[in-house]
Amino acid sequence: MDFANLHLSLSNILPEISIAVFLMLVVIFDLISHENKKLIPYISLIGLLITGFIVIIKMGITDSAFAVPSMNAGGMVAVDPFSSYFKLVIILTSIIVIFFSMSSKEIKDIYKRSGEYYALIFGMILGMMLMVSAVDLILIYLSVELLSLSSYVLAGFTKLRDRNSEASLKYIIYGSASSGIMLFGISVLYGLTGTTNLFEINSALQTTQINVFTLSFSIILIFVGLGFKLSAVPFHFWTPDVYEGAPLPITAYLSVASKAAALALLIRFIHSTFVSYVNDNGFWEMITVFDWQTLLIVISLFTMTLGNLTALWQKNLKRLLAYSSIAHAGYLILGLAVLSNAGISAVMLYFLAYLFMNLGAFYVIMLISNDNYKENINDINGLGFSSPLLAVPLSIFLVSLAGIPPTFGFVAKLNLFAAVIDANLITVVIIALLNTVVSVYYYSRLLKHMYFNKSEDTVTPIKVNKMDSAIVFILAGLVVFFGIFFNNIIEFVKNSAQLL
Amino acid sequence: MQGFPILTILTFIPIIGMIIVLLLPKSAENNVKYTTLAVTSIQLVLAIVMILNFDYSAAGVFDVNSFQFIEKVRWIQIPDVAFLGTLKIDYFLGVDGLSAPLVLLSTIIFFIATFSSWTIKKSPKGYFAMYLLLNAATMGVFLSLDFFLFFVFWEVMLLPMYFLIGIWGGPRKEYAAIKFFIYTMLGGVFMLITMIGLYFSATEILADGTQAYTFNLLTLMDQSSYLTDGILSPLNPNNWRFMAYIGLFVAFAVKIPMFPFHTWLPDAHVEAPTPISVVLAGVLLKLGTYGILRISFPIFPDITRELMWYIGLFGVINIVYGALAAMAQKDYKKLIAYSSISHMGYVLLGMASLTSTGFNGAIFQMFNHGTITAMLFLIVGIIYDRAHTRGLYEFGGLANQMPIYTGFVTVAFFAAVGLPGLSGWVSEALVFVGAFGVESIRTITMIGMLGILLGAGYMLWTLQRVYLGTVPEKWKQLKDLDGRELTMLIPLTIIVVVLGSFPSFMLDIMTTSVNSLVDFIATTLN
Repeated sequence: MDFANLHLSLSNILPEISIAVFLMLVVIFDLISHENKKLIPYISLIGLLITGFIVIIKMGITDSAFAVPSMNAGGMVAVDPFSSYFKLVIILTSIIVIFFSMSSKEIKDIYKRSGEYYALIFGMILGMMLMVSAVDLILIYLSVELLSLSSYVLAGFTKLRDRNSEASLKYIIYGSASSGIMLFGISVLYGLTGTTNLFEINSALQTTQINVFTLSFSIILIFVGLGFKLSAVPFHFWTPDVYEGAPLPITAYLSVASKAAALALLIRFIHSTFVSYVNDNGFWEMITVFDWQTLLIVISLFTMTLGNLTALWQKNLKRLLAYSSIAHAGYLILGLAVLSNAGISAVMLYFLAYLFMNLGAFYVIMLISNDNYKENINDINGLGFSSPLLAVPLSIFLVSLAGIPPTFGFVAKLNLFAAVIDANLITVVIIALLNTVVSVYYYSRLLKHMYFNKSEDTVTPIKVNKMDSAIVFILAGLVVFFGIFFNNIIEFVKNSAQLL
Repeated sequence: MQGFPILTILTFIPIIGMIIVLLLPKSAENNVKYTTLAVTSIQLVLAIVMILNFDYSAAGVFDVNSFQFIEKVRWIQIPDVAFLGTLKIDYFLGVDGLSAPLVLLSTIIFFIATFSSWTIKKSPKGYFAMYLLLNAATMGVFLSLDFFLFFVFWEVMLLPMYFLIGIWGGPRKEYAAIKFFIYTMLGGVFMLITMIGLYFSATEILADGTQAYTFNLLTLMDQSSYLTDGILSPLNPNNWRFMAYIGLFVAFAVKIPMFPFHTWLPDAHVEAPTPISVVLAGVLLKLGTYGILRISFPIFPDITRELMWYIGLFGVINIVYGALAAMAQKDYKKLIAYSSISHMGYVLLGMASLTSTGFNGAIFQMFNHGTITAMLFLIVGIIYDRAHTRGLYEFGGLANQMPIYTGFVTVAFFAAVGLPGLSGWVSEALVFVGAFGVESIRTITMIGMLGILLGAGYMLWTLQRVYLGTVPEKWKQLKDLDGRELTMLIPLTIIVVVLGSFPSFMLDIMTTSVNSLVDFIATTLN
């Protein structure tokens, strides 16, 4: 055993170790203190801040961990700016979701079990952080499963409503089926190439003659597993039901963090396995065994179109945002479909914008729903006049989701479409843009309900404490700020778009 | 005037006003109006100062050195974006003969519409905040010389309009608001895609000697800055350039509104409160035609020449269709809305001629339509405030009941019809003279002249239906104009009369720029 190498590897996965340590701390604290569980979220927050700090320190490193010296490249885990970026995204999301959980009435109602709740969240975080840096099929599968198992439990955690258990059950059934399919695909790919390391698969694909049909078969099976997590059409059927049934903080979490992890994994899987080299213009020259571009474009267009068109009819706010998040997954996949460095950094920027605006929108809806579990679109009637402090930020988030300047959502969309146009995929961009027009309809419908419609029952302003107001306004402020001064953020993302 | 950022102040003082309005406590709600009035007064004064200091001999259009009151600051600069070189966007404002009349027009209209907003009862804070945001965005569009900046202002206009129609409008307001929103958004999407396409087609050399893609409108007009393989480059023969032109044209056509994209206008107008109708017709419709002159024509001169007949055709369709539709209306406000469509057709026809006379007529018509239609909507608003109905057949004989009011109505109507001596006549005459002189669009111009006849028809008929004859018993209590209404109508009337007799006040401002634009379109890429 090479201990120097082991030492380096361990230091490279320090963020993951930190998360694992805090997971155990949460469990232990939960066991020790039966009565006072108020501290658990704060312990979680400290853990996330420390981990975030470690990630930032290690931001510039490009290395791999647990490499076998005899192999020519890569080990189990890649450490590069790309993975650090997504780790930061995941940690940021988790921090906001912890605040979410602290003020959500649903989670307060299960105060006694909050130790398990936060431990499971840490389980998800660990799974996601491994997903964004895994370069080995075994680790990919294990980390996806770690994420999935934690989130299955969390989706049905509160048990307060029938919908809750339904959500959990649906999620398990769909989830385990698709991860089984993915595992099958992984085993076929292993059978074809004789290795589980992505870089070795890459060189095997370039050097040896491989049955293209079997290969495509295995790739599509693997894609099913990731498409499920991304809620890409046609693997999206679970999304609205789970989003509607799960407790709101978990819905928000699933819609952002687990998508981030799945997206990062997909990007890395394609980049490490199928790219022969990156040309001078930053476009990826693919190994000609599988037509990723067509697959991704088709999936992305179907995803955004179906998401947007179905969102038009939704009456439940969570379902509406669920379909909107499906549509956004479509835009994200579109950025990847360009298969270029510019496309990847556009996806990463888009994700950051999506994080702020989607979490913000869910946060406001959670605050509204704390009032008697109101989640219907008619429950926000007249909100613009009864509680402007909620309605104004929600309007900003919706405008940003619709991609109207001057918001971060617009900058992200512009950057994304610019990358796609630069790759000469103009027809695709036109379809995507027409999609955004459709999306404007349902986002503006929410504005209409807030400002134009009159509430049926007597209007009582929704009480919001200072902490929640502050978080909502910070998120809204960031959405507008980055919509006007996007210099540094684009530069940061651009520097982070480097894969091992 | 060196160093005084007059254009920035023009654009952003409403934003400051908006912030003040939002911060004012509920108890001081009345001060909201005075804040807005102060802001629009300052803007009006600044616009007049700008015109007084305006150099009539400087052309602008495509030449950065002859633009006036230029303000240029680097807004975004990111070096070494993955293989694209430097990404940069400028905050770039400037004025020339094409935009100066319209800047003046919008400050006048926003100033007058503030008085018209005086009676707004429903949450005035929100109303005036939105009103000021709309004001800022409009100014921004007229002054931007960077496509990105232009687009941002263009889209920012959407939301205040949506709320102003949707919250403060009439019974079917939601339908009208969403229709307006979707239509404009659809147009905006086409503009966005053209903008990105142009961005990747041309480069500009930065101060440090590196090349960078650019959103700078003046660089995009300069054909030598295009790359040979740029997707919308004139050097790269493909259909995308043609498609981009159409897309951009649709984006602007929605705002004009050009047939067949006009259907949002009558709905939005009927439902909008009077001051918003005034602003909508007086200023916002001009953004479409201004955009075509500022962006479509000089960036795509070759395709413009190719398509001029079609632009003229759509102009004529607008003229005739708008007039016929106006004739069929039973609602006073809808009639004015359709007459607006008809009058914007003149602008299109004048632009299609690609001659100095036609362009002068078109820009002058934008200005005149702004003032005249503002008057017409104020006139409708005045009667609606009193009678709470706009049915054309429910009135009669108001001339006896409200003689002063009817006096203003007569001036406005005759200006709209194009009576010599009033401003509308000059611009319509210039448009027709310009268009008639061009062989290829002579026939359709002759058809378009039907519009004058039809216009006289529906206007005079309305005059007869509403103001002549005997007063029905129920309208015997209607009062004549009060001071506030006079304050709104008198300045507009003076403008209409003075510009009818001395059109050179306005024409002199634009002539140099117009000539240079006409030359540019005729010679570039020929």
